[in-house]
Amino acid sequence: MLATEQDILAEAENWKRAGKGVAIATVVETWGSAPRPTGSHLVIDEEGLFLGSVSGGCVEGDVVTEAQDVIADGKPRTLEYGVADETAWRVGLSCGGRIRVYVERID
Amino acid sequence: MKLDILKALNEERRARRAAVLVTDLSSGAQRLVKAADIVVDPMAEAIDRQLRMGKSASVEIEGKTYFLTVQAPPARLVVIGAVHVSQALAEMARLVDFDVTIVDPRTAFASEERFPNVRVIAEWPDKVLPEIGLDAYTGIAALTHDPKIDDPALKLALEAKCFYIGALGSKKTHAKRVERLAAAGFSPEQIGRIHAPIGLDIGAVSPAEIAVSVLAEIVLSLRKKPLRSEKEKAA
Repeated sequence: MLATEQDILAEAENWKRAGKGVAIATVVETWGSAPRPTGSHLVIDEEGLFLGSVSGGCVEGDVVTEAQDVIADGKPRTLEYGVADETAWRVGLSCGGRIRVYVERID
Repeated sequence: MKLDILKALNEERRARRAAVLVTDLSSGAQRLVKAADIVVDPMAEAIDRQLRMGKSASVEIEGKTYFLTVQAPPARLVVIGAVHVSQALAEMARLVDFDVTIVDPRTAFASEERFPNVRVIAEWPDKVLPEIGLDAYTGIAALTHDPKIDDPALKLALEAKCFYIGALGSKKTHAKRVERLAAAGFSPEQIGRIHAPIGLDIGAVSPAEIAVSVLAEIVLSLRKKPLRSEKEKAA
């Protein structure tokens, strides 16, 4: 079954209640042809399991990695991705858009 | 995010109430504003605007950047008639994120065997729809061909200003339906909201293809323009 926006936040709550470290990533800003709209969520647990998406699969890997730091120290982070990024080949958006992603821990 | 806030957000969604999460992006401070509390909120104007558009967004207020996570109630689809087309439509609509319910008083049709993954209610629409509680975030597709079953559902959907109302049947069938609804006191403008013949004209032949055309029309109604009730509020 596909994870819907509805399922994602409900699942985040379940994971947290099950005693896992959990972070929520949210697309807070988009420019150009961003693959997922503002407000899209990705939830990540301490083992790197994730649900949902903030792009069409382009940057999820990096967000999941950054989320581990957020889960560890509890400090929210704002990440930015775009083709202008020097790491574009590794974690850029092939569609030419730019996105800003806010990652926070559930406490 | 505090677990309490996440829990409240999920609770509001389950209860089909709108809510907006306000996040101060510099400090990480958060609060949840429930629909009923928006008018008294210091950020009422921005919150109300985003909720009307149904769009989460960053907003600047007095030099600070806030992110508003808008949570409108999940869209529901009520299908009248546990018919062949409904079997395909229910599956597809679930994938598209609709909360699907099938209503058909004919128990031979409305069986769990025919609809393994969907809520099926073997009851008359005029009895069960008030219990379900139709609203502007609900769409209705009347697919039985039987006025005894379809008409009461269509009347309730018109009254509840459902975002989508579609009815299966030829132009001739629909002309008769229009006469009946007019006689029951519905205005031409109200009746004009019914999509009939149902579905986008994609030349659909099989039940599954008809389901695609109906579902496409439902998504179009949901996404292409603001919900009717919201337009009226804004006017």
